[in-house]
Amino acid sequence: MNSSNLLSVVTFVYGFAAILYIAAWIFKKTFPGLLATWTALLGAVGNAAGIIMRWVESYTLGIGHAPLSNMYESLVFFSCTIVVIYLVIERTYKNRIIGAFVMPLVFLAIAYASLSPNINDRIQPLIPALKSNWLIAHVVTCFLGYAAFAIAFGISLMYLLARRKKKGKGYLLSQFPGPAFLDNLTHQMVTFGFLFLSIGIITGAVWANSAWGSYWSWDPKETWSLITWFIYATLLHARLMRGWNGKRVAYVSIIGFMAVLFTYFGVNLLPGLHSYG
Amino acid sequence: MKKKNESAIFFSRLWKFFASIRLTVVLLLSLAVTSIIGTLIPQNQSPADYFHNYGEFFYNFFSALNIFDMYHSWWFQVLLLMLTINVIVCSLNRLSTTWKMVFIKIPRFNVSKFRKLSNKEEFTSNRPLEDLRNKYKQAASKKYGYYRAEQTDKGFCIFAEKGRWTRLGVYTVHLSVILLLLGGLIGSIFGFEGFVNISEGETVNSIRLRKTGQTHNLDFEIRCDDFSVSFYETGAPKEFRSTLSIIEDGKFVLKEDIIVNDPLRYKGINLFQANYGMLPPEEITLNIMSRETGMVYKKKTKIGQPVELSEGVGTFVVKDYRNSFNYKGINLDETFIGVLNRKDGNSINIMLPLNFVSFDNMRKGDLIFSVADYDNRYYTGLQVTCDPGVLVVYSGFAVMIIGCFVTFFMSHQRLCIEVIKIGSKTKVMVAGTANKNKLGMQTIVKNFSQNLAKL
Repeated sequence: MNSSNLLSVVTFVYGFAAILYIAAWIFKKTFPGLLATWTALLGAVGNAAGIIMRWVESYTLGIGHAPLSNMYESLVFFSCTIVVIYLVIERTYKNRIIGAFVMPLVFLAIAYASLSPNINDRIQPLIPALKSNWLIAHVVTCFLGYAAFAIAFGISLMYLLARRKKKGKGYLLSQFPGPAFLDNLTHQMVTFGFLFLSIGIITGAVWANSAWGSYWSWDPKETWSLITWFIYATLLHARLMRGWNGKRVAYVSIIGFMAVLFTYFGVNLLPGLHSYG
Repeated sequence: MKKKNESAIFFSRLWKFFASIRLTVVLLLSLAVTSIIGTLIPQNQSPADYFHNYGEFFYNFFSALNIFDMYHSWWFQVLLLMLTINVIVCSLNRLSTTWKMVFIKIPRFNVSKFRKLSNKEEFTSNRPLEDLRNKYKQAASKKYGYYRAEQTDKGFCIFAEKGRWTRLGVYTVHLSVILLLLGGLIGSIFGFEGFVNISEGETVNSIRLRKTGQTHNLDFEIRCDDFSVSFYETGAPKEFRSTLSIIEDGKFVLKEDIIVNDPLRYKGINLFQANYGMLPPEEITLNIMSRETGMVYKKKTKIGQPVELSEGVGTFVVKDYRNSFNYKGINLDETFIGVLNRKDGNSINIMLPLNFVSFDNMRKGDLIFSVADYDNRYYTGLQVTCDPGVLVVYSGFAVMIIGCFVTFFMSHQRLCIEVIKIGSKTKVMVAGTANKNKLGMQTIVKNFSQNLAKL
């Protein structure tokens, strides 16, 4: 069994975990929830093992490099970071409903990597531009940021749903965490993501300066990461200094995540230097 | 007098305008939205391309707004300048208050404020006051940098705090943004960006600037001793490597290999491996085959040097070398172009593509030409930059990371333990506040109180 096969299995494990989280939320039963947590944990272990296996495989192929060099590898790493951060949140706040909103995102990310015909899962040798120690630092920090923003997005959706509880609707919302809690958690995730997005942009700039001789060249991917940074900077200032909260922050967080997605996927449609994903 | 007043009013209005967070939000969102344009419309391409793609009307419209180099346009720079002023004014506006709060000698505490907190913890103890006082002081000193105990009517109070300085975190983040913009400005004024192609064995002392296309002289000479390129089995490039020597005042200074991601830095000037290409070969060995007899002759020649063909057919001369050659819509890549001059006065062009050895066979001539061997010479393409602002930008990076961490994940925590004697028992209250992460502070207070109860 090679890493790609293992990661395909992990895709279905995550899919199963997502279904269990949603079932636990809808049917309000503890058992599917408990099973969901263990399934997600199993998926995360398999996911991490897949990444390590792929790393080892690249060395046996004689082109050894960290498995963070193309769209497939970054998506696999992305889903792993989301699950790990999510499981920490679940343990800290003892709430599984968030899983019903986060785990489907994880499933989509890794399913896109494993199943999409546009994405090549072969281990490829590194092109000269990617041969740098900055590769790991840059990709890991960027994806920690992206993962936090993805979770903030899920929680913001929950917030917008939770607000409807007041109007007396809802069997589904009866065990929802309070809007204040969700608002606060969104903020926490955004600050975490913002720190790592900043570090990701900075490591990218330092890397660009050592590879191309310029730390900033307004390449579309650079520019979109900066656009994302501007959006979340707006969120933080509006919340801390102008007292924005709740609905408006949730909307900005959703827009911010759209910018993250465009930085990640959309930019490949535009011409630029970042052509490897 | 009146005039002075007016200018004072104007200044205070301007100050107020720039001190507003609403302006920050507007500027950040404007920068975000306008930045999108430059990612959709490719930047800094040739006017002819733009004209062709967008038509006359949009070409003129976009040109007028500097959209083709929008990140350096006046209006984008104005947005950045306004953001800078906004950041500075907002920071100055609040800094004096924060400064007084941070550098206070004896922090002030108000017990009644702590009593009013909803998240306070309370328990009772049977131990004597003095005993508790020492134990609690010790516990507070372990977790908090500052603490003091005060005697009250019915018992005592312990105040403790830490992280007062973290209130300055947000100012360091703002400082870092200013450093980044300042570094960028220094780079754009005092730095340059250019490129130079150097053939193997050749020495240059000037480069071409990217922005203006002008020649820029360097204080030293660069010699390319060697260039090599290697490929993976898949055909993807593996490594581009140039061996460069630096020569100053006619004296050899140093020799170094550069590859992508590992540039050569000398006297504030950086040399990066950017691209490469093939030079027209000098020595060519031709294969000439007679169709009739199948006999093959080998002839050595150079570009422009005629070769006498045997049996008095005429002469053949290699006129030119092209890195790519278009033949009936097909790109033949590296190709020699030669001319066959027959004795009878007829002459024909003959293409000798390196990748298609038997290409000339298709011409159906009596002699079939092909290239047997040629010398492989490369030139290396270097990106040459000088940016004295980089150090400022990098210090901005460091300050930003530290500042963000302090601002987001550290807080000014204040704690109060009040102990009151009621009859033979003592009542203990623990309460605390933090300027950030109030939920986290609740947990801290709860845990601290539980620890005290166990003492």
